[in-house]
Order: sequence, then structure tokens, then C-alpha cells
Amino acid sequence: MNGYDRRLEDLAERIGRIAPEDAYAATRNTAALLDIRDPEEWAEGSPAGSIRLGRSFLEREVEKTIPDKGTPVLVLCGSGVRSLFAAESLLQLGYRDVRSVEGGYEAWKRSGLPYERPGIIAAADRQRYARQIAIPEVGDEGQAKLAKARVLIVGAGGLGSPAALYLAAAGVGTIGIVDDDTVELSNLQRQILHATDRVGNLKTQSARQTLKALNPGVQVVTHDVRLDVANAEQIVADYDLVVDGTDNFQARYLLNDVCVKLQRPYVYASIFRFEGQLSVFWPAGPGKGRSPCYRCLYPSPPPRELAPSCAEAGVLGVLPGVMGTLQAVEAIKLILGMGDTLIGRLLCYDALAATFRQFRTTADPDCAYCSDQAAFPGYADYEAFCAGAGAA
Amino acid sequence: MSATVTVRIPEALREFTEGKHELTVEAGSIADVMAGLKADGYPSLIRHVCNHEGQLRPFVNVYLGERDIRTLEGFRTRLAQGDVVTILPSVAGG
Repeated sequence: MNGYDRRLEDLAERIGRIAPEDAYAATRNTAALLDIRDPEEWAEGSPAGSIRLGRSFLEREVEKTIPDKGTPVLVLCGSGVRSLFAAESLLQLGYRDVRSVEGGYEAWKRSGLPYERPGIIAAADRQRYARQIAIPEVGDEGQAKLAKARVLIVGAGGLGSPAALYLAAAGVGTIGIVDDDTVELSNLQRQILHATDRVGNLKTQSARQTLKALNPGVQVVTHDVRLDVANAEQIVADYDLVVDGTDNFQARYLLNDVCVKLQRPYVYASIFRFEGQLSVFWPAGPGKGRSPCYRCLYPSPPPRELAPSCAEAGVLGVLPGVMGTLQAVEAIKLILGMGDTLIGRLLCYDALAATFRQFRTTADPDCAYCSDQAAFPGYADYEAFCAGAGAA
Repeated sequence: MSATVTVRIPEALREFTEGKHELTVEAGSIADVMAGLKADGYPSLIRHVCNHEGQLRPFVNVYLGERDIRTLEGFRTRLAQGDVVTILPSVAGG
């Protein structure tokens, strides 16, 4: 008998064992079922409701996960061998009631006990997203949610650039980019998705090149069109949420209306010289009180002469960097369902004064687009709406 | 009753205030703020904020502290000493 066999025999004598059916019954009481296999094994299935803590992190992490040393801990591995070693380790850490699940997950599954396939991250991705997965609010589950998420960024410009970069870096699985423009030299002061040698190229293609270089795992879907009434619904319908990186009122009102109709969260930001505004509109979203839509905040746009564009007014290049990055934060929070989003609040950043101020936004009870009673009134003639608006 | 009130002017409206970020007016209500600013030499600012009937334009919001005056009493909203009023227009740059 070699050393390993002797040790195994010794453990088998010392560590109590429990049949899968009994383990299942015990977890319905106070016991914690600890699946100590590798993430790749969890991907094939893991007991429903079990605590998943890989063997390599067990000693370091278990006291955070199961702080009460009196909790009965039932350790499960693939076939019931690794769990013996893990159980011994838990006893040494001071856990008083530790048992190994006989036959491991193989026996669990054979017994017809409930299991689930948690969102699991491949080893290379685990390394890429390690700092993010380490945040308890994200973890494996959150990372898997990001991988499944589909975010549409309308406009690959000043706001869209940082938003797209951070969402791709964070591992958002599918990023759609809408833009029909080409890269110009004057864009590069702020539109950091693009590069000097791509002047003249389509912005969507340039964006894809940058995002794929940053994170090849992200699927980048390009829409080389200008968003209009004819294509907006079809494009937006394919995504879970929309980040507004447009630079004109027509596109913003259209985007709001399509998001209201399709019940998608709309992550809004707009900028002027040194100042930016940011909010999230989601009238169909969960939470207490109805969220306003963009029309509740600003029922109509200013007339053209009172609404200079960035080309006319100028913009500090870093400003859309700040605002687009904040849009990425809001998008990630919405995907993960964590924190307080900017629903019901307008955040204003003044780069010159170095201040953030927030204002409360409220749903207009008579809003033609999003109020409870409102049937969707149809899309507007946005050009006429924006040309003639504001006089009222 | 009149109070000294600070009015914050964002970048997009500073062309109407000679570049000033903040103005101070004596006012008992939001309506007084508008009248005061008009009298103090900023009629073009007020033309941008209010229409011919004196109503707030649909692309400008006025906040008392964090609250939209539309959710308070509109132009009749009363002001106290030291209140901060922000005029915020819609902008579309991106």
C-alpha cells in the first residue's frame, strides 16, 4: 500500500460520510452543501442551492462563506475522494460537524436529486475578469450575466467610445454599434474607439477592430445605418438595453420612443462644452414608482438656433469620456441588478467647477408616451418635431 | 417676503449672462426670480427660459435644490433665504 492509499484509508475511517439523499434532506434543514469541484465541473451541473467553492480557494474563503463553525457542512466532489481531503481541512479549520457526500456528484445525479447548471466562466475568462469576479456583487454569476447581456450603443462617437470600451472590457457578451458615419480627424480628440490610421473608415468597422483587439470574446454587431423610424424597432428589439451615444435631438427622441415601446432601459447622457447630463429612463422597469422617460424630463427639444451642436459649440474631449464611462457603469448595474441606478435622478457633471449635482426626475402623469394610460401614440416625424419644437 | 437666492446658470445659458456661473437675486418665489433676472439685465436669458405667456419652455427645467419646480408649485413656489435655484436646459451633444 502506497502513501496515498494509506492516507485515503485513514481519512475514510475518520471522516463521516452521508448518502446523497440524506445530504439533500439535511440541506433543507440547516446543513450547508459545499461543492468543492472545479468551475469546469460545475458547468456540467452542480447540486441545486449548493455553495460552490473550488478546492484551491477552500481554506482561504470558506470562513467568509460559512462563518458559523457549528454549521453542519456536507462536502461534495466528483466521486467522493477529494471531498475527504477537503473535509479534513475543514475539521482542522475548526468546523465541528463535517461529512463527505458518498459517491460525490456522480451519485447525486444518479439518485435523481435536483441540480442546476450555473453560469460558468472558462479558465481564460476567469483570469481576464479576475478582479471583477472577486467583487462579491459580481462573482461568477454576475460575470455570466454580463456574458449573456446584449447592449446596443447608438453612436460610436464621444460618449459611445468609452461606453463601448468599458462594456467590452467588462465582458458584455454582445455589443451592437449603430453608426453610419466615417472617422474624421476632428473626431479623434474625444472618440477614443478610433485611430489616426482609420480616418475615412466606417466608424462601426473601426469600433469593431478596437473592441475585438481589447476583448476577442465579445461579439460586436455592426449596424452601418443612421437610426430612423424604419429601422429603429428592428435594431433595438435584439438588445437588452440601450446606451445613447447620439449627438442630436432627433435621434434622442426616437431612441426614447422606441425604448418606451419595447420596454428597454435607456441609458441617457448628453454633453455641452464642459458639462454633461446623465440619467436612466425605464418606465417599464421594476422598482417603486414609475420611472420617467426622456419626454417626461424634456417634453420637446429647443429650436435649432438655441441648440448648438458640439461642432459649433466645441467640447472638452475628456467630458464625453467621463459621461460615457458613467453610462457604462449604469449599464453594468442594470445588467447585474445591483446598486441604485439613476432611474428617477438626473446627474449633472460640471468639469470646470469639478462638481456633480443631482436632480430628481419624475414621471409626467400625462406623458403621451409612457404614462400608465398611454397607448403608444406612434412614432413622430422627428425632423419636423425638432425643427418646429421649443416655441411652445 | 423676499429672500436672497442663488441662481445657477449652466454653460449652455452663459452666453445670456455674460459668462456668469451664478447670479444672486432677491426673490420670494420662482416668478420673482424670473422677474428679477429680467430687471437685472438678463432679458435674453428669460426669453430663453420662458415663452411669451411667461410659461416655462418644454426644453428647460428649473430646480429648487434637487426638486423640479413642476413638482412643487411651479412659478408660485416659495423661496427661503439661501435657496439655490438651477436653470437647466436640454443639450444634445455626444
